[in-house]
Amino acid sequence: MKNFKHIIELKNISISFNKEVILENFNIKIKSGKFVTLLGPSGCGKSTILKIIAGLLKPDSGETIFNGENITNLPPYKRNINTVFQRYALFSHLNVFENIAFGLKIKNLPKDEIKERVLNILKTVNLKGFEKRKPFQLSGGQQQRVAIARALVNRPKLLLLDEPLSALDVNLKQEMQFELKEMQQNLNTTFVYVTHDQEEALTMSDFVVVMNEGEIQQIGTPQEIYNEPQNAFVADFIGQSNILNGTMVKDYRISFANEVFECVDKGFEKNQPVDLVIRPEDILIVPEGEGKFNGVVDTIVFKGAHFELEILARNIYWLVHTTKYYEKGKKVGLNFSPDDIHIMPKLFEQSTNIIKAVAVDEQTISFLDVEFKTNEFKLKANSKVKLIIPPKSISLVSTDSADLVLTLDSIIYKGSYNEMYFYYEDEDENDGYILVNSEYEEEVGTKLGLKFNFNEVKILN
Amino acid sequence: MYNVSSKIVSKMSFAFIFLFLYIPIFIVIIFACNSSKSRCVFESFTLKWFSELFKDKIILEAFFNSLILALISAIIATVIGTLAALKITKLKKSKQNIFTGLNYIPIINSDVITGVSLMLFLKFFLNIFNKDFGFTTALIAHITITMPYVVLFVMPKIKQIEPNTLNAALDLGCSPNMLFFKIILPNIAPSIVGAFMMAFAISFDDFTISYFTVGDSFQTLPVLIYSMVRRRITPKINALFAIIFILVILILILINILNINSNKSKEI
Repeated sequence: MKNFKHIIELKNISISFNKEVILENFNIKIKSGKFVTLLGPSGCGKSTILKIIAGLLKPDSGETIFNGENITNLPPYKRNINTVFQRYALFSHLNVFENIAFGLKIKNLPKDEIKERVLNILKTVNLKGFEKRKPFQLSGGQQQRVAIARALVNRPKLLLLDEPLSALDVNLKQEMQFELKEMQQNLNTTFVYVTHDQEEALTMSDFVVVMNEGEIQQIGTPQEIYNEPQNAFVADFIGQSNILNGTMVKDYRISFANEVFECVDKGFEKNQPVDLVIRPEDILIVPEGEGKFNGVVDTIVFKGAHFELEILARNIYWLVHTTKYYEKGKKVGLNFSPDDIHIMPKLFEQSTNIIKAVAVDEQTISFLDVEFKTNEFKLKANSKVKLIIPPKSISLVSTDSADLVLTLDSIIYKGSYNEMYFYYEDEDENDGYILVNSEYEEEVGTKLGLKFNFNEVKILN
Repeated sequence: MYNVSSKIVSKMSFAFIFLFLYIPIFIVIIFACNSSKSRCVFESFTLKWFSELFKDKIILEAFFNSLILALISAIIATVIGTLAALKITKLKKSKQNIFTGLNYIPIINSDVITGVSLMLFLKFFLNIFNKDFGFTTALIAHITITMPYVVLFVMPKIKQIEPNTLNAALDLGCSPNMLFFKIILPNIAPSIVGAFMMAFAISFDDFTISYFTVGDSFQTLPVLIYSMVRRRITPKINALFAIIFILVILILILINILNINSNKSKEI
């Protein structure tokens, strides 16, 4: 069989469950012989992609190309692709040997060959002598190896792994990560690995695909993903970071924390708002007065290999990693060099809220099921107006005392507050995001109550 | 103080329960070996009622009738019930609840009502085909009453099969048609055997439903015993009970031994 450069290719894949769109026009190409990880929070569609590749889910539209061949309509049992499932999914009525031999027996291979291949793969996964055991007699790690062996014994061109290590404890997990990577290199098989664990993704992969809400945020090597995140979501999801709002004053000049700094990025528009990230290990602590600016140590936590500090400087809490101990309350200087500042286009372009509204009568304005009175000036009944609602004027309250209840779509910590985006859609199919700046930390996907301070809302005709 | 007395109470109630459960059975066994026909006075030990039992063609015929009826009805009920359970578990959640509820009604319903309604229902068809009550009607009735128990017994086991296990089989090249024999059946086999045994037991000792549906030409053991008891209980019946009881105990011991063995092989 001819080997194509890309073992698997998804073209314009769309799929939805119960009217909820999971993937829309999704495209990806995966190179042969590589270890590729799909990384993202739960519900981002990564497992769905795996099921589509395996054939266990049929996309509503789009094509699956496997080694140059269109397999969109091929059922899973006719694909030369095997999967290691979440929580192993071993056959509990069969012993280890029978579990691993399952696929080979269905292919009606001669008994001698089945035996040889099963015993060989058992050696590969370090389970020699366990043939007769039943799955429930094995530890989690051993069951995991059986699941891997059961898939690999079929010599698939592509192995899919759906969060296979999520049920293991930390030490075993790290050991298995190492073993999986080694296996992949020795067998020269393409592995597509799905996880929400960023450390796992960075350790094992040749390429990482960072996903959120059914969309690819960034594809790159682990180093690229870590060092040059393409947006605030990636920076926030991978490792720890200081993410801040900034403005590109001009090429190589960025303004944040009330000052203009030199940087290495260019090509943005003049005064374009951007997100920037500085990794905690890139910030150096220097004596007071010798850095870019001064700050005070707010907290210090010992993390084993380093200390994790929060330093308050210019109204921003800076996360800093250092190997030296600093007392709480100590005044220090912070320093970083231009290439430590990674600049990214903003995830959402808006920096305030501009929402269409209707004047119900002379003094009442209605928008998104919310009505409020204003005395500022007289309005024409049924006239259309625009509202400017500052992000800081919206507070989060319990859902029963709220003006509006919306689902949180994105949250990113910006040094001293959380930048939250809530998706809204009204009856006239106007849709967009409401930006809220709040000190509260909430989880994406939760329904939250929003309360507006109508005194701070500006009304434009 | 409270502890001691509550312990005594719980021990005593425990003893009472077992006395009430087992003393009647032992009385039957003892009187099966009584040389007198008296039901109150034990005269001397004998086994003659056992030998007379095996000479009594009516009792033996009824015993084998019950055995065959229980065997065939249990087999058919197990097959139909298992298929029904498989179908129900494939339905959507709301429909599943409806069918599970419908399945419960015959189990909860009073046997007399079920018996009479089955009789009326079968009578309607017997009139059409100009036939009489007999083995066939009894068989249909017994399948009807035992099948819901099979569904109830097998369904939880089917639900226990993780969907990913089926996905894994498909992934390894197993076609959807082979899934049943390769994965589902081996997983639910223990429940199917259990369901069969339960169906057999329910059918074998059923009196109420049989009473309305067997007719005159075909007599099951419980129906025969009922008609005999109305006249006079003979020690032969005691002997029969003793045999059945000892058989049941032997089967129980056998099942336990099998269970222990399979557990041992699981441990290693």
